[in-house]
Amino acid sequence: MQMKSKIAALLSGLLLVNGIAVAEENLVEAIVTPLRQKEVRPVDNKQYKDECGSCHFAYQPGLLPGKSWEKLLNEKALTEHFGENAELDKDVLANIRDYALANAADKSYWKRARKIAVSTEGVEAPLRITEVRYIKRKHHDIPEKMIKGNKDVKSLSYCDACHTQASKGVFDEDTVKIPNYPDWDD
Amino acid sequence: MRKVFALLCVVGVFASSAAFATPASDALLAKYKSEGASKFDAAKAKKDWSKEVKGEDGTISCSTCHGSDFTKSGEHHKTRKVIEPMSARVNAERYTDEKKIEKWFKRNCKDTWGRECTAQEKGDFLTFLLAQ
Repeated sequence: MQMKSKIAALLSGLLLVNGIAVAEENLVEAIVTPLRQKEVRPVDNKQYKDECGSCHFAYQPGLLPGKSWEKLLNEKALTEHFGENAELDKDVLANIRDYALANAADKSYWKRARKIAVSTEGVEAPLRITEVRYIKRKHHDIPEKMIKGNKDVKSLSYCDACHTQASKGVFDEDTVKIPNYPDWDD
Repeated sequence: MRKVFALLCVVGVFASSAAFATPASDALLAKYKSEGASKFDAAKAKKDWSKEVKGEDGTISCSTCHGSDFTKSGEHHKTRKVIEPMSARVNAERYTDEKKIEKWFKRNCKDTWGRECTAQEKGDFLTFLLAQ
């Protein structure tokens, strides 16, 4: 009896996990995409890429949880987007917001996005990717002179200053090259 | 024959002055007129381009980010994102999309001057920029 209930529990657990995976990401696509388990989903929405990318690195939606995107991507918030006016037409904003929310960290099964989702659970929605605990932890051992004090980097928010594959959603250490510090190795 | 030549010259000069006008820019200039703008003044826009206004950190003008050599690219003063040249001579994409022009007028006027630009000001700028 006890054995049976254990098996039942295990099975229902498996079903639950599978259920979520199927609901949140196309299963076939997930299996045939080899990077799925490692990184964040690259931006695959042209409007998102064009609109966000015309002013800054087009951060992948998987870098923040949905609750953050909700705070950032609304009409009022965009009039004062980190000190800049970033107003968008209503229909454009709706598309971009939908795309960000559908692919937010907590909706993604890409491994790095999952880590971001977990590290932002139960805390107030971060407005900056650099405020995400996981991101902070990943960068905290890099000396300040290599980021803030580095004229070709200046801030953690310029992902692609060091992450050479950032636009592909790849943030792996092996792809990092810090300008002016060619010998840096974590 | 000489008359034809003279006529061709006139046509040539006229055409070249509007060489970089696009259907989008024509439509916008007409729209600004319908919104009450009078004759567009490129000389005023030229002055306005480098008019310094107090910003958060120091003063700011159009040229802070766009520069004043329109054939060269500029750089956003905060994000450092490269801004493609404003001159349609070197950047054929410029002034071809009505929505895009209006979007950036709205944002940049608010960010730089703290208010939206009037139809007259936008028409002045557009006329000035089309000639670069």
